[in-house]
Parts: sequence; C-alpha cells; structure tokens
Amino acid sequence: MSTPFRTAEGGRIDRATTLQFTFDGRSLTGHPGDTLASALLASGQHQVATSIRLGRPRGISAAWAEDPGGLVQVEEPFPEPMLLASTVELFDGLVAHGLPGQGRLADVPDSARYDAVHHHVDVLVVGAGPAGLVAALGAARAGARVALVDEQSEAGGSLLSGTDRVDGVPALDWVADAVAELARHPEVLHLQRTTAFGVYDDGFVLALERRTDHLGAAAPRRVSRQRVWRIRARSIVVATGAHERPVVFADNDRPGIMLARAARTFLHRYGVLPGREAVVFTTNDSAYDAALDLARAGVQVQAVVDARPAGSPQRRAECERAGIRVLSGSVVTGTEGVERITSALVAPFTDGEVGAASVIPCDVLLVSGGWNPAVHLFSQARGRLRYDEVLGAFVPGEELDGLAVAGSAAGVLDLAGCLADGQRVVRAALSALAIVPAADDRLPSAPEPVVPAAPLVLWRVPDTSEAHARTQFVDLQRDATVADIARAVGAGLRSIEHVKRYTTIGTAHDQGKTSGVLTSGITAELLGIPVQDTGTTTFRPPYTPVAFAALAGRDRGRLFDPERVTALHDWHVAAGAVFEDVGQWKRPRYYPQPGEDMETAVLRECAAARTGVGIIDGSTLGKIDVQGPDAAVLLDRLYTNMMSSLKVGAVRYGVMCGVDGMVIDDGTVLRLAEDRFLVLTTTGGAAKVLDWMEEWVQTEWPDLRVHCTSVTEQWATFPVVGPRSRDVVGTLFPDVDVSTEAFPFMTWRDTALDGVPVRLARISFSGELAFEVHVSPWYAVAVWQRLLEAGRPYGITPYGTETMHVLRAEKGYPIIGQDTDGTVTPHDLGMAWAVSKKKPDFIGKRSFARPANQDPRRKQLVGLLPVDRHTLLPEGSQIVEFVADGELPPPPVPMLGHVTSSYRSAELARPFALALVKGGRERVGDTVHVPVNGTLVPVEVTGSVLVDPEGARRDG
Amino acid sequence: MAELLRTHPLEAWAAALAELPDEVRITPEPFVAMVDVRVPAAASEGLAVRGTPLPTAPNTWTPTADGRMVWLGPDEWLLTSTGTVPHLLEEELRDQLRPVGGTAVDVSAQRIGLRISGTRAREVLAKGCSIDLHPRAFPAGRSAQTTLGQAGVVLLSLGEEGFAVLVRSSFAGYLASWLLDAGLEYVPLG
Repeated sequence: MSTPFRTAEGGRIDRATTLQFTFDGRSLTGHPGDTLASALLASGQHQVATSIRLGRPRGISAAWAEDPGGLVQVEEPFPEPMLLASTVELFDGLVAHGLPGQGRLADVPDSARYDAVHHHVDVLVVGAGPAGLVAALGAARAGARVALVDEQSEAGGSLLSGTDRVDGVPALDWVADAVAELARHPEVLHLQRTTAFGVYDDGFVLALERRTDHLGAAAPRRVSRQRVWRIRARSIVVATGAHERPVVFADNDRPGIMLARAARTFLHRYGVLPGREAVVFTTNDSAYDAALDLARAGVQVQAVVDARPAGSPQRRAECERAGIRVLSGSVVTGTEGVERITSALVAPFTDGEVGAASVIPCDVLLVSGGWNPAVHLFSQARGRLRYDEVLGAFVPGEELDGLAVAGSAAGVLDLAGCLADGQRVVRAALSALAIVPAADDRLPSAPEPVVPAAPLVLWRVPDTSEAHARTQFVDLQRDATVADIARAVGAGLRSIEHVKRYTTIGTAHDQGKTSGVLTSGITAELLGIPVQDTGTTTFRPPYTPVAFAALAGRDRGRLFDPERVTALHDWHVAAGAVFEDVGQWKRPRYYPQPGEDMETAVLRECAAARTGVGIIDGSTLGKIDVQGPDAAVLLDRLYTNMMSSLKVGAVRYGVMCGVDGMVIDDGTVLRLAEDRFLVLTTTGGAAKVLDWMEEWVQTEWPDLRVHCTSVTEQWATFPVVGPRSRDVVGTLFPDVDVSTEAFPFMTWRDTALDGVPVRLARISFSGELAFEVHVSPWYAVAVWQRLLEAGRPYGITPYGTETMHVLRAEKGYPIIGQDTDGTVTPHDLGMAWAVSKKKPDFIGKRSFARPANQDPRRKQLVGLLPVDRHTLLPEGSQIVEFVADGELPPPPVPMLGHVTSSYRSAELARPFALALVKGGRERVGDTVHVPVNGTLVPVEVTGSVLVDPEGARRDG
Repeated sequence: MAELLRTHPLEAWAAALAELPDEVRITPEPFVAMVDVRVPAAASEGLAVRGTPLPTAPNTWTPTADGRMVWLGPDEWLLTSTGTVPHLLEEELRDQLRPVGGTAVDVSAQRIGLRISGTRAREVLAKGCSIDLHPRAFPAGRSAQTTLGQAGVVLLSLGEEGFAVLVRSSFAGYLASWLLDAGLEYVPLG
C-alpha cells in the first residue's frame, strides 16, 4: 500500500483522492491523474513483465505510447489485452497483470458501446502541445471551423513534462487559458484522449476518442466507451511532437532503464521519482534537464555520461553547480542487475573507441539518444521524409497540399521555436483556405532558447563482442537485437523493409516508435551506406492500436445490416412466421402451426395452394415503372422476347440476359399504357435490373425517350393462389368479372376497394389459378386482412417463401441465381420459346449463335426423382453416371451436373429436385447417381415440369 | 364496409421515438403524396410544375404551395403534396409533362418522412451521415441524397426547424432503431 517513490508535492494528480488497484495480484494505490505506469513506479515497481522470447525482465521505459516494454492485460472491469501501463489511466478497481508479449481476448461479449461520428472542419490540429495550441488558437480566432485532438488526458503536450514558462507564467497556466479560450469559440471541437491514428486521401483523418475508459466500472453505460471520429479537414496541422530515441548498448533492457524525458514526465506530471540513484546517459543537451530536475527532487544523480567528446560546456556548468558529476566523452557499455538495474558500466569513448569500463551503482538509468519527430501522419499522407544529419532523424522532406507539420514533429526542438512554428504553419494553412487571421492573434512569448551544443548521432555503443550484440536490444518487445540486424544484413538483406520483416523489429504494439529509426541507423552502419539511403519502413495506420470493437462501432447486432421489412411485417410476426433473409429483406419462410416443423408446415401450405387457396406476401418483388414514348423499344432491347407487341391490359413473362447471353433476371411485364410498362423483377434483382436499365439508357441509348423509376415499395403485392382464388378475389372485388373469359390468364385489371386503387393481375408462379393483388402499402394491412376474411370460407392459408419455392419448382419455374449461376442461357432452361427470332437485336442475342451455345452437351435444367421415393437430395449435390455396382469409382469421377433445388412435394407425395445436367434433356428417362452421405442414390431424370405439365390448372 | 385504414410504417416506433429528449426530437411525418417527376434537362429550365419552378441548382429543394420540390438529378425531381390524392397527382403531372417529354410516377409509398430537430439533431445525424451538415455548408433549402447509417436517404435542411429525412419505407424500421440507438446517450437515466 505504500508509495515510497511519490514526491511530497507537485504533479498533476489529485492527492486528496486515493484509488485502489491490483497489479499481478498485489493491492496498490494511486491517485486520479496517474497512469498505471506512474502508480507502479510510485510503489517502486519498474518491472511489468518478462519478454516474449527470452523471458528477460522488462519494465516501464517510457511515459506514453512509445514504450516498448510495459504491456499489460486488464482483467477488471472488462478483459482487454495488450494495453500499455503507460497509457492506461488509473481508476478505482482496476485489475491488471503484466504480459509477456501476448494477451487474452475476452471470452464474454463486450457490453460497452462504441460509436463513430463524422466531423468537418476547416483546420484539424493534431496535438495540443505548444505548437498545436498556438495553431488551434490562430485558426479559432480567425473564425475557422477547428478541431483540436490530442491523445493525452489533458492538453499541454511536452509542457506537461517540464517547468517551462510561457508569456511569463508557468506554461500550464498558459495552457489552461488557451483551452478555456478554445472552449469559448463555438466552432472549435477540442478533444483530449483522442488519437488521430490514420490520415487518408483528401483530408480524411480517423481519430479514436477514449471517452470513458478512464472511468472504469463507473463509466456511464449509455455513453460510448470509445468513439471513432471520421474527420474531413480542408487543412491538417500535424503537431504531434517528437519521440525520444534511446541509444543501444549491452543489457539495455533491464527494468529501471528509461528514456530521460519519461523520467521528467513521471516527476513533473505524476509526482513520481523513478529511483533513488540515477545515471543519465546522453548524446545531446536535453537529458541534462532530467538530471537537474531529478537532483532538485532529491534523487542522487551519480553521473551524467555524455558521449560527446566535449559534452555541453554550458550544461556541465549547471551540473557542477548542482553537484552532479559529468563524464564527457563517455558511454554506457552495459548494465548489471536482474529484475532491476543495479549499476551502469561506464567507459571512456574517444574517436569511436571504447575504453575500459568502471561500475557506477544506480537503480535507474536514463537514456537520451536524441529526438525522432513524430512524422507518422505526414508519412501516412505519402509525405517524403528527409534524413537530417544533425538531428540524426527523419523529418518532413516536402510540402504537402492540405497537410503541414509544425513544432517538434518538424524537427523544431525548442519551446519558442515551436510556438512560432505553430503560428507560421497555421497562418499558411488559413491563407490557403482564404481565411484571414484575426488581428488579435498574438504569438505567446517564451524565453529565448540557449543554443544547445551540437548533438551526437549515436545509434549504438560500439561493441565488438558478439555475445554483447545479443543483448544489445533494438526492439525490446520483439526481443530483437543488433545481432539480429547483423544476421539480416549478413543474409544479404539491404532493404529496410526486408530487415524489418526478417527481424520483426517494429512489428509489435508500438510499431517501432523507439526502434524504427535505430534500425535504419544500425542497418546503414552495417551496410556502410548513408542513413538517408536506408530510409525508414513505411508508416501505416493505425498510429496506435485500435480495438476492432471501436471500428465496428454501432454496426453490430441488429444494426449490423439493415433489416428491410414489408408493410405486413408486424402481421407476419404476430402470425408466428419463421423468417428467412432474402438479401436484406426479412421474408416469412413458413407459418408453423402448433406442433409443426418446417416440413409439415410446408406440406400443409403447399396442399392448401394446390387444392384450396393460399396467399403470400410478395411485396419484395422488384418493380420498375418504365415510361415514355420509347418504353417499348427499350424493353424489346433488354428482354430476349418481344415486349412491344404486348397489348395494354396484358402481361408477359420475360427473360433478361447479359451481353454474354446468360440469364440475369426474369419476371413479368405489365403494359399499363401505350407509353408505360410495369416491370416486375426478382426480389434480389430489383436494384441490379434498374441499374442495368439506367446503364444502357444513359451510356448507350441516350436518344431513347424513356424514364425508369423504382416502384418496388410503391406496391404491396399479394398473390392469391389456388383453385379457390377466384372465389376469394371475386368476393372482395365484386365489380371485377373474374371469369376466365372476361379476365384471362396474363392480363391485368384496375379496380378499387373503398376508393383505394387496386390492380389485379392473372399471373401464376405456381401453375395454379392465381391473382396478384397490387395495392399501395399504405393500405396493405387492411387489404390483406380483407382478403383473409374473404378467403376464410375457403380455408385461405398464408404461405411463405419455402412453399412458394416448392410450388414453382414442381412446375419447373427456375429461380434465377438458385437454378442458374451466370453460365445458363434461356435455352439451357428450356426457354427457347422466350427468345425472339423476329427482333433484329437485343442484349445477349449475338452470343446465342456461338458454337458453345449450340453444344448439345451443355448443362440443361431437368427434374430429378429419387427412385426410392423418399431421399431428399441435398441442394448442391453432385450428379454422376449410374454405376452398376453402386460403388463410387476412384476419383476423378466425371461430374454430370448438380442439384439446384430440392424439396418434398405434397402433390407428388415424394421428394423431387431440379438440376443442371450435361445434355440433360437427352437424358430424360435415364437413371443417374447422386452421392449422398457416401451412398449412391439412384435418381430418374425427368422433364423439369413435374406437376400439371399440360397447364390445365392455371384457369382453375 | 368501413373505410380502409392506412398503416404508417413507423407506427410501432412512435412511442419509443416520443421518449427522446427535446435535444433530439424525431417525429415521423404523416403520409404525403409524392411523385417522381422526370423532365429532360433542356425542357426543365424555367418550367413551373403546379405553380412552382423546378429547382435546377443541384442538391436543393424549394417549398411549394402544399409541399416540396426536391432536386434529385439534372432531369429528376421529387414533388410532395399534402393536399392531393397520390394517383390523381400522378395523373395530373403525367398529363402536364407528356408534351415536354416528361413523365411522372406515383412514389408516395416508396418513402416515408422523418423530422429531426433539437440542439443535438446535427450531432445525431453526424453519427451516420458523412455529409457536412453545418449550417454554413448545408443551409435551409439544401438537400442531399446520401446514406444515414446504412440506409439510403434524401436529406433536406429545414434551417432552424432541423432536417427532414426521406427514407425507403422498408428501411424505416431500421432507421428508426438506428436513430433511437444514436440518441440513447442523450436520454437521461430515469
């Protein structure tokens, strides 16, 4: 429970409130404002886990997302793997443990909500550090629509880690004022805990906002836990700061070794000392701040080890005043300790030669090898990077349209410079958008920077020992070392992309934030080529890991895919329908009565339609209004058969083919007027056929005076089917003469029901006498109920898609897309009669003359009757030649075709099937075999029409 | 016989939608006659339909005496009318437009309207619509054919009065549940 490394005062934590949490089974405490990492360090714990391959102890080595070491698994409140202790905000009741590289997904559904929001701005600023805040203020003051996103829990960026002053006041006071001012601008969206993780074309940026993660179990359930912001920005300012870079040396992975800036962050932001005795190893001036700050906070700074021969004269003087020893021209060559560093090995470093090492005891070793600008988003936007010899880092190497980099992300490493750069960059962005900066947009002041001594670029401490190379870690998470890079180079790999994949460096959760540039540098060194030529691996989204749950957002459960329903849906539900998904439509498949399974329900429904009367909701049928003087011309070109000869009042079945002559859709066409047709398509083909029509009208035949309009949902459609359908329709619509003579097959009549227009059509998809009733869906429920009332004396039976399929299959009516597969012609379906020989041309016609189309061995639609009269052939079953001994010969067994539809028939009192069979029509009467569950089932090939082949029933 | 009753596609959703707080008011619009009007672009300039000139600026709509005229394409409009019986409106427009090569189709039941208003209206729509709905970009009189969630919609800006959403009737239930879900975070825990 003790936190011996917590400072007495300071930091951005709420010391008045204590939070309880459990790590690796230990009960610990922290405060609001802590991360899991800072709370662990406060208790004196550096080690978080052991490494994935070598099992070496690993600890917290950075204070944010660049940490390669501190991976944890959260268990409570909800299991989540692969989080970083340094980015998990502490909350009461957190239970977590360290992870050796691999976590465990929750085995229960995530009950948290996730969502997404689209947002549009003139200027998006990524990063609320000094440059980003100045940029956001400049854009906001100009009246622009602005979004400012920053991944930390509060604004300030690098200012949170130090003791800087801006405008003569503590920097964080200035930050607070800036944040308050932004909040007053109505067109500013300021989001903290929000990581811009991907930049895409045309100013599109994805950002992940962690809205309630930090609240733990107290998170409000109705608020999304995380939100993906889909931001479209006219201009993007990337002010993402820089990552400190380590230097590689032997045994550089022990707990207690961390980046110098991270130590300042833990001290100033969290009020935590990283240890009692520190050694600071640096190649540049910035780490001196860590040494001086820690010394002031009471840490014994044993030495600053500066690799530069002359070190930094001015910083050396500061250190001497503070009583800190500075060893210039020295490097750390190794460390000692197991679960925690106990000492650093320090040796003179002259002209690239490392001398004999001496031992300096310490419990923390701070390292700084310079700074890598966080160019990730710039690079994702395809910005070219340039290697800066002085910084030893890659910086933006060109100007991009609509995206500019400001502050340390552009390689500006001093505060005054970052503030000025933020203003310069946003003004350029505003200017490109023709937005005038406000007159009161003032640049805040910061102390004139002391010019730092030139940094030294040092990727790794020279070491000729092969054994040492195996503990010179480059990517701590992957346990990948200098020896691994050497092996990659030795194997002949020169491309940094290949080295990455060979060594796996940069492929862990941190995506190489600390190891990437090191790898470029060390590879260049080993190859003896300039670092610029090595380059970096490609930066790809996401910048930090994003949970799939966040990307899925609200598109899950019932909202995963829209459920389309007809006007009768609630009636179907109340009637106990079992639904089937047909595309996005929910269609009743059958209506089981108590005790019925699908088979019995369907047999009952089929019998009703064949012997009495049935009714089905066919409203999902696609419907297209084709109107204009050239409507008939268009349909003649689209259908294989003639439509222009159709009389007003009549209906014709038609088949549509693609340019390859293969059937793409079928349906009926009603001629409503000389210049107007109603085209009925399959349920699934509705949108496709309308697009098809538009494509031809718009691109090939713009001269045709015709318009096509979807009316699928303008008409509810109820086929009333069966020998008693005439009685039902005649009862409900007494003013229509429903006799065969007055209302023949394939005609339609308009009528009305209580003043509401109704269209009746004698169309049959079952072979039975049938009337389609078309009415506006506004009145669908009322008309459906009236039909049921009128049909009650005849036992009218609602039926679903399964019965519809059986009835049509018994008549050999194909379903396009089930009995066809894009390689089937009308002739293959036995529909040569539906292919006009008179029309000069229509889509698909030329293909019918191809020799392949004339081949008598083409697969043709036939019926199949299992000889045993009881086997239901599984749809998709293969069909093979009859084998006398009933044993399937060894493969390959030539395939004759496959079963496309298969049902039990009430009418035939046996199962039957439709199938595509090679030369099928020639084989009618033959017996073939269908392997079913390892047994060869003999089936008889028949014509495709199994019920009422004479068509005697269609008129009742 | 009794008069035939009409059934609104969102009847079952009305109660749940009414529970939303004032910040997000979602109200199904009543049935209205809607006709899809096609006029060759060349003939549409200055052409008045039922007294209102066809709007020719893309993605706009104009009010009419008893409804709206929505631009859907260079030669396509959606005319709505609260005062006319759908099939009679179709007939009237067919007769008027035939001489200029135009057509008219009753599509009254194809779509249903929803009114979305309140201080959070834009925020709720932004959860599933990628179009910029800020008043600077989408002022009153603007329209868009876009997707909301996964439903295709015609979206109209009504200015201060919020937005009108026209959605395919078969998608109305999906959209209503999507909107209720989107508005959930503004519903106080009661």
